[in-house]
Amino acid sequence: MNLLDIEHLRVDLRSRERRGAPRTVIHDVSLTIAPGEAVGVVGESGSGKSMTVKAVMRLLPRRATVGGTLEFRGTSIPAMPGRDLARFRSQLVSMIYQDPRAHINPLRTIGDFLIEGVVASGQMNRAEALEAACTLLRDVGVNDPQRRLSQYPHQLSGGLLQRMMIVMALLPSPELVLADEPTTALDVTVQSEVMAILTEQIRERSVGLLFITHDLDLAAAVTDSLAVMHAGTVVERGPSADIYAAPRHPYTAALLASRPSPTSVARPVSIPGRPVSAFEAGEGCAFASRCPYAIGQCRTERPEPRTAGTRTVACHRSDELEAVLAEGVRA
Amino acid sequence: MSEPLLRVANLRKVFPGQGTADDLVAVDGVSFDLQQGESVAIVGESGSGKTTTARIIAGLETATDGEVLLDGKTVAGRGIGLLRAGRDIQMVFQDPFGSLDPRQRVGAAIEELLAVRFRQPKAERRARVAELLEQVGLDEQHAGEYPRSLSGGQRQRVAIARALALQPRLLILDEAVAALDVSVQAQVLNLLIDLREQLDISYLFVSHDLAVVRQISDRCLVMNEGVVVEAGTTADILDHPGQPYTQQLLAAVPRPGWVPSRRAATA
Amino acid sequence: MSLEQLTRLPLLAGRLVRPRRRGHADPVLIGCGLICAGLLALALIGPVLTPYPLDQTDILNASQGPSAEHLLGTDSLGRDLLSRLLAGARPSITAPAVIVLASTTLGVIVAVFAAWRGGRVDRVISRMLDVMFTVPGLLVAVIAAAILGTGFWVPVAALTVTYMPYIARIVHSAAIRECRLPYVEACQLAGLSSWRICTRHILRNIAPLAVAQATLAFAWALMDFGAISFLGLGLQPPAAEWGSMVNEGRADLLTGAIWESMTAGVLIVLAAVSFNILGERLAARIGDGS
Repeated sequence: MNLLDIEHLRVDLRSRERRGAPRTVIHDVSLTIAPGEAVGVVGESGSGKSMTVKAVMRLLPRRATVGGTLEFRGTSIPAMPGRDLARFRSQLVSMIYQDPRAHINPLRTIGDFLIEGVVASGQMNRAEALEAACTLLRDVGVNDPQRRLSQYPHQLSGGLLQRMMIVMALLPSPELVLADEPTTALDVTVQSEVMAILTEQIRERSVGLLFITHDLDLAAAVTDSLAVMHAGTVVERGPSADIYAAPRHPYTAALLASRPSPTSVARPVSIPGRPVSAFEAGEGCAFASRCPYAIGQCRTERPEPRTAGTRTVACHRSDELEAVLAEGVRA
Repeated sequence: MSEPLLRVANLRKVFPGQGTADDLVAVDGVSFDLQQGESVAIVGESGSGKTTTARIIAGLETATDGEVLLDGKTVAGRGIGLLRAGRDIQMVFQDPFGSLDPRQRVGAAIEELLAVRFRQPKAERRARVAELLEQVGLDEQHAGEYPRSLSGGQRQRVAIARALALQPRLLILDEAVAALDVSVQAQVLNLLIDLREQLDISYLFVSHDLAVVRQISDRCLVMNEGVVVEAGTTADILDHPGQPYTQQLLAAVPRPGWVPSRRAATA
Repeated sequence: MSLEQLTRLPLLAGRLVRPRRRGHADPVLIGCGLICAGLLALALIGPVLTPYPLDQTDILNASQGPSAEHLLGTDSLGRDLLSRLLAGARPSITAPAVIVLASTTLGVIVAVFAAWRGGRVDRVISRMLDVMFTVPGLLVAVIAAAILGTGFWVPVAALTVTYMPYIARIVHSAAIRECRLPYVEACQLAGLSSWRICTRHILRNIAPLAVAQATLAFAWALMDFGAISFLGLGLQPPAAEWGSMVNEGRADLLTGAIWESMTAGVLIVLAAVSFNILGERLAARIGDGS
């Protein structure tokens, strides 16, 4: 059984104004995570990737209406009664956020922060939790864990704090970890280290990982499979290595081509226009206005995701473009 | 070799510690030259002193020691006040949301600078605003809009247009494309590459992103903890890094077949 | 409970009325705006509309209720209440208006200057404001009246000085936030003068906040001035002023002649609540907007 099953997820936000029309923030998201699998969700701002995470944690604003299915081990998340939801949030899933400084109470010690969740949910008592935290800290390469536990957040560097966040997330032994841009605020060398620790821990414990990022290079390197999001829709899904080597959706291909290369001077191919949000997309494919391959059909009819082998692509022309897009990546 | 446009000699900046904290040496003996029309990048991670160096050169921060010469004239350094370079040095900042006055229309923001610095008649200013907007890839219609109705990339273009309005000789770009979405980042990066070809302007490009630096700079300095650890042509340094720190930086850039490594940050 | 405490109750109520989200017309905001505009108009034309001379006494018809002759009745000396309320509108509204205009102008100048200069100048000014902040306005006004005499200008000047730090503190933090934005540095690099950056950019961005705070302060100033008049330290008889009318009508309350205290009191509360809600709503909208 899959750990997480998302099928045709749709999220609409009711307008704050009385007569305003609802806004679609997620149009069509489907993805699955098997136990121990790392799945990357890649997208630009407004693509709905963070909203997807919120939907999984049932943390959407109250004015949101959710459609489609969201299941954790076959149990519907939106239908979970209060007690199950509390257990789901405290013990089965953990979150790692982008900015650790904004998510750690600056007035309490690292130790308090790490064990608060597991103690509050009754999983461990204080002494057990502290001991487990120490063990975990050593696992993630923190020297002198005892001292760290009594320190305050401002005494730690950003990279170290993010490691604390990983420890906090793993302490309740969750089955699934949701990481929302966990390294975006960090320097590249620290990013490398934090990602190494995260992927190593995830693999050792066979925990599922949902990794949200805007960085396709990073996601491809650390995940098993990828979902590329654009305007609230997963436009392409499949094994990371395959997508990276041969994108089937023009948006994925464009994202890869727009990234400047560190090894050669080559004018990055920019995507015209700006990233659009789901509610701005009209009738047709949301990417049509920025897509060099768009035809009439693309502007009038929204492409449904179609699965061929391990890949799912939402593009009318994915079959005919296969060779062209692969060519673009090799060039 | 002719007189460089910019000469930075032994620049040093110490921030006095608050209370019991030690003094912080942010920049420690940085020296380099920048020729007319050249693009030099300062590469480093947070806390490396790259932004402080750029801010001293721009005249936004005083230096503890050393000096900065523009065309042989001292514009910053020990004992020199702020903002001495005049309009010859302009700067574009990282944050596209804070870089523009939220209550000033785009056109007015550019016109204000023209009015104050060149005292042109109104019709001439209007024409120049249109020209500048076109130069950065925006429409004349954008002149009537407020920053809030523009996207991040468009705002950054306006910030560039404003800086160019004063016809500076050196443009300092402080992480100018770092906060933009990947697809938009490429647009602004290409714009900057094109502008340098057209305008014979010099860039001092401050960035943590080696891939971006590769595209836009002729030479680069790698900074770590306030010190320049390596300097040379960008191609040389990125292809054959001589210093362990530079090697670590390069090794940490995600790319095909890359595996994150724990050792990268131990230095 | 003192008059002051009583009249401050509705201010709390005003805070409980939750502001609506911006974007659409807000009926409460518009209603309060209209009442405030009406009161300002009353201050302007009220004294012209009086049906009777202010000091025309009629002892035989003293402390009467409303009648065809005297629409709102008469006070203990038989003077027409409607006339006195209309005439009293001018000082009662002008005083807080002057206080707010002067203290806001001063406060904004001090706040922007301190924020712009930063460093030691900022620290010294901020500490001075903190000290001034601790001194209650009414106390200063009472002492000033005792030393310098009663009347209109002494309490107005005293309240202006004590209201200034309220405005300055709030505007100061907004100005500091504004000064830290990179566009301010970009303007400096472009060679714009400090004066121009402060007036054209920083001031323009904090102006809405200052206006909202001024509106809020108007409600408080109106009541503080009313309280000073109530204590007999403001305008002296026979001049009419709402606060002193509440006081003058107090003696009659025991005999059941509630008209003088009530009408004047109602006007004070109405004005205070309207300006308070207007100010809070404006402030909330600005908070939403940025």
